[in-house]
Amino acid sequence: MTQPTPTVAPRDHISAFKRARMIATSSPVVFVASIILMLVVLSAIFAPWIVPHDPIRLSPAVRLKPPSDVYWLGTDAYGRDLLSRIILGGRVSLVVGVASAIFAVAVGLGLGLLAGYIRWLDAVLMRMVDGLMAIPSILLAIAIVSLWGASLWTVLVAITIPEVPRVVRLVRSLVLSAREEPYVEAAIAAGTSTARIMRRHLVPNTIAPLIIQGTYICASAILTEAILSFLGAGINPETPTWGNIMAEGRVYFQINPGIVMWPGLVVSVTILSINLLGDAVRDALDPRMAKRGIER
Amino acid sequence: MSNNILDINNLRIALNGDEDKQVVKGLNLSIEVGQTMCLVGESGSGKSLSALATMGLLPSVLSPIAGSIELKGEELLGAAPARMRALRATGVSMIFQEPMTALNPVVRVGQQIEEVLEFHSNLSKSERRKRVLEMMEHVHLPDIEKMYRSFPHQLSGGQRQRIMIAMALVMRPQLLIADEPTTALDVTTQAQILKLIRELREEQGAAVLFITHDMGVVSEIADDVTVLKLGEVMETQKVEALLRNPQTEYTRGLLRSVPSQVPRMARELGSQEIVLGTDNLCKTYGGKGFIKKSREVKAAQDISIKLMKGRTLGIVGESGSGKSTVARCIMRLVDPTSGSITIGGKDIANLSQKELKPERKNFQIVFQDPMRSLNPRIEVGQSIIEGPLNFGVPYNEAMDRARELLELVGLPGSAVDRFPHQFSGGQRQRIAIARALAMDPDVLVADEAVSALDVSVQAQVLELLAELQERLGLGILFITHDLGVAAQICDEVIVMQRGQIVEYGPAAQVLGEPQQDYTKALIAAAPGKHWDFANFRPFSEAP
Repeated sequence: MTQPTPTVAPRDHISAFKRARMIATSSPVVFVASIILMLVVLSAIFAPWIVPHDPIRLSPAVRLKPPSDVYWLGTDAYGRDLLSRIILGGRVSLVVGVASAIFAVAVGLGLGLLAGYIRWLDAVLMRMVDGLMAIPSILLAIAIVSLWGASLWTVLVAITIPEVPRVVRLVRSLVLSAREEPYVEAAIAAGTSTARIMRRHLVPNTIAPLIIQGTYICASAILTEAILSFLGAGINPETPTWGNIMAEGRVYFQINPGIVMWPGLVVSVTILSINLLGDAVRDALDPRMAKRGIER
Repeated sequence: MSNNILDINNLRIALNGDEDKQVVKGLNLSIEVGQTMCLVGESGSGKSLSALATMGLLPSVLSPIAGSIELKGEELLGAAPARMRALRATGVSMIFQEPMTALNPVVRVGQQIEEVLEFHSNLSKSERRKRVLEMMEHVHLPDIEKMYRSFPHQLSGGQRQRIMIAMALVMRPQLLIADEPTTALDVTTQAQILKLIRELREEQGAAVLFITHDMGVVSEIADDVTVLKLGEVMETQKVEALLRNPQTEYTRGLLRSVPSQVPRMARELGSQEIVLGTDNLCKTYGGKGFIKKSREVKAAQDISIKLMKGRTLGIVGESGSGKSTVARCIMRLVDPTSGSITIGGKDIANLSQKELKPERKNFQIVFQDPMRSLNPRIEVGQSIIEGPLNFGVPYNEAMDRARELLELVGLPGSAVDRFPHQFSGGQRQRIAIARALAMDPDVLVADEAVSALDVSVQAQVLELLAELQERLGLGILFITHDLGVAAQICDEVIVMQRGQIVEYGPAAQVLGEPQQDYTKALIAAAPGKHWDFANFRPFSEAP
């Protein structure tokens, strides 16, 4: 045949680490957010070793102290060091945030794939999802916690369930558009099983949006946990969480406002950082960005 | 003063202003009053970019680094944005390939035309409306009062393009740029739009810069032709001279690649074995509903076809004729409403997806869009072996076969671990063919498989298909809207209209001596039917 020798471009590959570093340094704001988040995560992991005081032990002698050299952020109504409690409280908050993001994404991905690919299931599943979305998420969470009693697990479930519908909708819409692609039809024509089509051709299309959605769920779960604790429907008050600390401090707000404000500030900054990082990930994974990268 | 409307001198456009990354390399071009200049070239030739530069609409990463573009002696490169805005519509205006996306879907079309007048004239509201209706009449739209209030989706493709033309010409610009204005339209509509552009050019005395890849269209509309290749001018000539006596090898190659409208003779019938047959195949959409029945659309009605081993059966028709529905029914990507489909001696029309699976390897499909028919996230080798793996072929064996297949379709076997975006459109279509062949099918369904490709690439892919057919004894069901392509590769041809078979017979008979009015109209509308491009002469002069 008369045709020019085919020239094929070489492979290109960017490692996951390189990509993560590219995202973290994409702008000064994102860089600061990454640093803050890293500090929060590290201090939560190493909390038992780095807390300056025992966060649980009651010392009535030093109750409601303002910030000082000994107690950097002051003490609460039982004389416990506020800074130590905030550091330890980050553990629960972060576990709740990350775990509910993972659960919500996993459950939502499964249901979304089924709804998007199996037509008769679609109507049934989506009506249930619509119904779930009609209930305010805090109300639903409180109902679940009061039904099963407060523990880390019930709080996790209570926070995860209201987040699932949004993920289902997202995955379903992605699957609906991807399943019309000729390459999916070619796979059907090649006799590929439904499960394999989902795994190979549909799931990869949902990964990028799901990572982004996951960061938002994480942020929102941390906030919801704090709200639940603050309302007294959360984890047992003995365990410090950012919400618990604020809830206990509410009564003493006029004496020592720091008990509410410091944990509140930490919650805000953490959530802001997660959201900023989520935006940066979205920008990095945007198909239009990726395309520009290829052309370069 | 010269009579030229547009003068482009030594225009150079570069990526990021980088001298080494020129995408248009020294374009010279001038158009006189009332003339049509065709810019011809394959994708990547820079023809659209030259037009966008003239409109001052280049994307920001591209910039002109040298040369001049003069409209009636006025320099456009570097003109102030305000001046360019004023010149668009009054001096130069443009129509695009896809009228659906070029029109705003939520604004009534009449208002969209009126908007141009609002910005560029001092006419009162009632005068504007009158002018718009006049213009709509001019472009031969029916029932203009009603059209005026229509939204784009309520119009047909041809009507939308007429609206675009009305919008472009309402300020009587001296230059009309038409960028592939008929590529997305059916042949009969295309013929009407070409006629309209010719008519308006004479009436308004405008010059036309017409961009196309289709030599047939060139022969219908051009006065002068400029051939571009990768940003370089190959030649500029009067159309007749170009078609008769092309100066460069590139142009000769382009013309030779144009599929001739004259059908080839059917090949000797080698085998009587029927590899694919359908009997009264029907597909109806809608017609269901709990409370009220939805409207029924009969996408395919009573389709009975026979495809023999080693032969090519073409289905031609305009958009909406149901030709793709037939292909999708045969592939069981949609379930037929009634009728039978026999492949390999077995009726597959009513098999469940599970029962169908073992049969799947007998029939495979190649799609139109090479960008979307391969999963962008997996290596092409993995795409090719997907089918064989489903049928229990061991991985290494399948991979070896994939390398062989890539070589069979003219690509290096080592390309198995590359991703789709690393290939050109034509290469990707070859990979899609390799994937289909990996299953050793008896039947290959090609759904507009060459329509998205440049003509020279199209010729190569058609050649490849013919070669593979010869070697492997494939039965090919070839679905196309292009009569030239059908004439060149089909033994038998089916003409479809509104879901029904209009005419069915040997290609030479259907396309050479059509019996039905619809077939005759289709053939009459095909652009460039008088020219035998490959032999550089009109058919009337053929010996």
